[in-house]
Amino acid sequence: MLRAKNRLGLVFFPAFDWAISPTHPEREERLLYTQDQVFEEGIADIEGIKFFNPGMATEKDVQRVHFCVPDVMSRVTESHLISAGGAIKAAEALMEKEVDKAFAIVRPPGHHAQRVVFGDRGFCIINIEAVMLENIRQRFGHRRIAIVDTDCHHGDGTQDIYWNDRDTLYISFHQDGRTLYPGTGFLDEFGGPAAIGYNINVPLPPETGEEGFLYVLDNLVMPILEEYKPDLVVNSAGQDNHYTDPITNMNFTAHGYAKLNHRLNPDIAVLEGGYSIEGALPYVNLGIILAMAGLDYSHVREPDYDPTKLKQSPRITEYIKELCEKIYERWCRKEGIARETLKGKEYVLRPRNVYYDTDGIMEEQTQKFKVCPNCSGLNTIHSRSDWGYEIFAVSIPRDACPACIDEGYKIYKETPEGKYFKTFLQDRVNDTYMSK
Amino acid sequence: MGLDMGGTHVDAVIIDRGNIVDIAKTPADRSDLFGSIWATLDNLLSGKKVSRIERINLSTTVSTNAIIEGKTAPVGMIIESGPGMDPSFMSCGSENIFITGYVDHRGREIKPFDPVEIQEAASRFKQQDIKTCAVVAKFSTRNPLHEINIQKMLKDEFCPITMGHTLSGKLNFPRRVFTSYLNCAVYHVFKAFCDSIRKAMQKENIHVPVNVLKADGGTISLDVGQQYPVNTILSGPAASLMGACAFNAGDKDAVFLDIGGTTTDISFVADGVPLFEPLGINIGPYNTLVRAIYSVSIGLGGDSAIHIENGELKIGPQREGFPMALGGQVPTPSDAMIVLGLLDFGNKDRAILAMKLLGEKLGMDARAASEVVYEKMADIIKQKVDSLIKDINSRPVYTVKELLYGKRLKPEYVSIIGGPARAMAPVLEKKFNLPCRVPENYEAANAVGAALAKTTAEITLLADTASGVLSVPEIGLYKRIDRNFTLDMARQKALELLKQRASILGAEGSETESEITEESSFNMVRGFYTSGKNIRIKAQVKPGLLYELRGVNYA
Ligand SMILES: [Zn+2]
Ligand SMILES: [Zn+2]
Repeated sequence: MLRAKNRLGLVFFPAFDWAISPTHPEREERLLYTQDQVFEEGIADIEGIKFFNPGMATEKDVQRVHFCVPDVMSRVTESHLISAGGAIKAAEALMEKEVDKAFAIVRPPGHHAQRVVFGDRGFCIINIEAVMLENIRQRFGHRRIAIVDTDCHHGDGTQDIYWNDRDTLYISFHQDGRTLYPGTGFLDEFGGPAAIGYNINVPLPPETGEEGFLYVLDNLVMPILEEYKPDLVVNSAGQDNHYTDPITNMNFTAHGYAKLNHRLNPDIAVLEGGYSIEGALPYVNLGIILAMAGLDYSHVREPDYDPTKLKQSPRITEYIKELCEKIYERWCRKEGIARETLKGKEYVLRPRNVYYDTDGIMEEQTQKFKVCPNCSGLNTIHSRSDWGYEIFAVSIPRDACPACIDEGYKIYKETPEGKYFKTFLQDRVNDTYMSK
Repeated sequence: MGLDMGGTHVDAVIIDRGNIVDIAKTPADRSDLFGSIWATLDNLLSGKKVSRIERINLSTTVSTNAIIEGKTAPVGMIIESGPGMDPSFMSCGSENIFITGYVDHRGREIKPFDPVEIQEAASRFKQQDIKTCAVVAKFSTRNPLHEINIQKMLKDEFCPITMGHTLSGKLNFPRRVFTSYLNCAVYHVFKAFCDSIRKAMQKENIHVPVNVLKADGGTISLDVGQQYPVNTILSGPAASLMGACAFNAGDKDAVFLDIGGTTTDISFVADGVPLFEPLGINIGPYNTLVRAIYSVSIGLGGDSAIHIENGELKIGPQREGFPMALGGQVPTPSDAMIVLGLLDFGNKDRAILAMKLLGEKLGMDARAASEVVYEKMADIIKQKVDSLIKDINSRPVYTVKELLYGKRLKPEYVSIIGGPARAMAPVLEKKFNLPCRVPENYEAANAVGAALAKTTAEITLLADTASGVLSVPEIGLYKRIDRNFTLDMARQKALELLKQRASILGAEGSETESEITEESSFNMVRGFYTSGKNIRIKAQVKPGLLYELRGVNYA
């Protein structure tokens, strides 16, 4: 009998009866071949690997993270709640020490879902990692968490949610936003006033291969994690950097993903994107499962794997080297950058437009962060969609000082009912949520 | 006629359309299993019209014993593992050859096997004097051609050659390897047994179908059993459960307990149908794909040894000889039940002494100690059953519908068989808060279960209209279909093939009630177009009994 070195919890929920539409990349078939591979390899028989069914995230779990317009239940389907519930189940098994590591292979994904939700962006409606993390923070206490997002797309939703939270370090590797959806994730997106430097983007050139990814991991990510000293490392395990992925342009391999996961050594991995459902997903998921379980993954290989074809060009290697140096230098200088940026400021404004590609909605949004010497600072969001809904949201951060708490309630109360389509209050200190 | 070979006895029964006609019981001689079986049949048949017998169903421990006692033949394994896990842990034969070549999850040949490697394997086997071999390839259930072609290369040199895809349509490569190994390893022992049966039948002038019981509570013909003897392992608990089902017809969820001297076996029925192991049964160190009734055995029975450890009462899991009432040295639950007047055998004074000794350590009298033992035994069973139900109800599901509205097992009664069954019923009724049924004549349950078992079969059909291939591994079917093949056609095809399959396995026309147990159809989208459908169907002969038992008659 094969025995895993690390006890691994798997929440494998392919949701075979749910799709965005019959021919959409995010459809019933997406995890079918992964299931075939996992079953055929006999993963369930390995001693130490345990399968869990997902639970269902609650409305409250979602409200801790998002402002859904008009409300949670009219935005999400059961599948979204199950997907987030699957991530929560994985984290819960870890927190309750039933397992040493956990991997939620669930769908739909979530890392493009931002704080405000008018609809579906990049196949995401709710951010399943964030819903998971805030659920376990609430139940198991505050934790310093690092999220390493290895999806090919910039995780703009996760970035937005943790923009001003220095207890959550967000590092995203992705294909350069000048060449891929959602078009964000540049070096200067560096975190809100309370967390400057704690949002790190690594925009990689198209055709980056195994060498480049592992270079970024070894020379940038691991040193930063060592300095940050997180209690928990989460891998947003998007798999669309694979050389066969139909919607991206990278050259990463299943073996590379396994190696990356092995070296990163995350406590929890959550499946994000990845749409090469036959050529990549079965092998990448298997590689990650074996790596997390501490088993040999050296035999994991795609049917058409050809290392010479996938060799990274020296030009890209050189570019990535310089990029990592630049980013690491900024990380080291983050406090100085924060002082310069915030000098004499009482508020920092973050205005932007957000496009909901799946639903075709354009949103115009301004987030306003108070620069508070005692906490992360109260913040508000004023937003309007081109479908005519205008909302106002007040958010009291997890570490808010009494003054910021009071101010938050005051602003909410003084906003007259009917002034906006909806006014929201999210009080993270007392874990309460209101809307009018 | 049904016959069950237990650890200590061989039981046989004659049933006439649901009525028990006669029962025979003889001690089992483990050194001569065939002799014990024949003696029992002989005994049962004497004075009866042999010509009126329509069929004989046997549940035998021949294969099981061979595996457990290590009396198996050396096997050469040819394993085509493809990319994935490091396959070295699958070495189970006397020689294990890992060959190159690879078929993917959709059955596409990615890389052919190398005939030179097969020839080298064959000569290695011959050097070791290995006569049987198994050929197992990853994803051979999706495309068996590598296994078939390798088998063709070797068929004149080895016998038998077990091909992995013929044993189960389920995906699980390591289990396919182990199951194929075991099938070869017990082949010759089981074949010798079959030959003896055939010879004896000839001699006695009995010319009726003989079937053997499988671990799933169904039967296969002796001839098919000889080809796939691995299916006959661990058929004892299956016979017992089928027997208990015969005594408890109906369509409810229930717990089935078989409380013996050393162990208690726990099984379940859902809507009146036995629950199966999700993939297959485990035997010794091997996980297999042998379809089997779900049965969990705990080390707790009437003769379990009772000890006090750190002031706490501990029952089982070992047996240390007889109950004190029968001259043993250690107190047992049977002693407690004798003191309480619930059982009546052996020397009651010795039983009282046993409970008195136990009571001294617990600071109570013999009667109070007996009560404590009796309650504790029921508590252990109840706790175990509860935890099993929790596990069963949290088995993985893969669709939103199943997760939200899937069937949950919720027993409505408990059926108890075995020596202490009647004695334990009142206390279990209290603990479970459910009616506890103790069937009449349950001593014959195993033989009755064997007699009434019908042929079972299962097939797995996969139609991939993008590749244009239909495959049914259990019957080695692998053929082209056109792009317009639909789920409806797949359903019909599956039922038709299942019927054929069942009749080859020994079923008679009237007894095969077929059903589709799983079905799905996925749109396959490549690029931005639907390229075909991936249709998956599982069909089975509905498990159950040939006849409902009508009353209990002794002739
Ligand atoms: Zn992506
Ligand atoms: Zn403050």
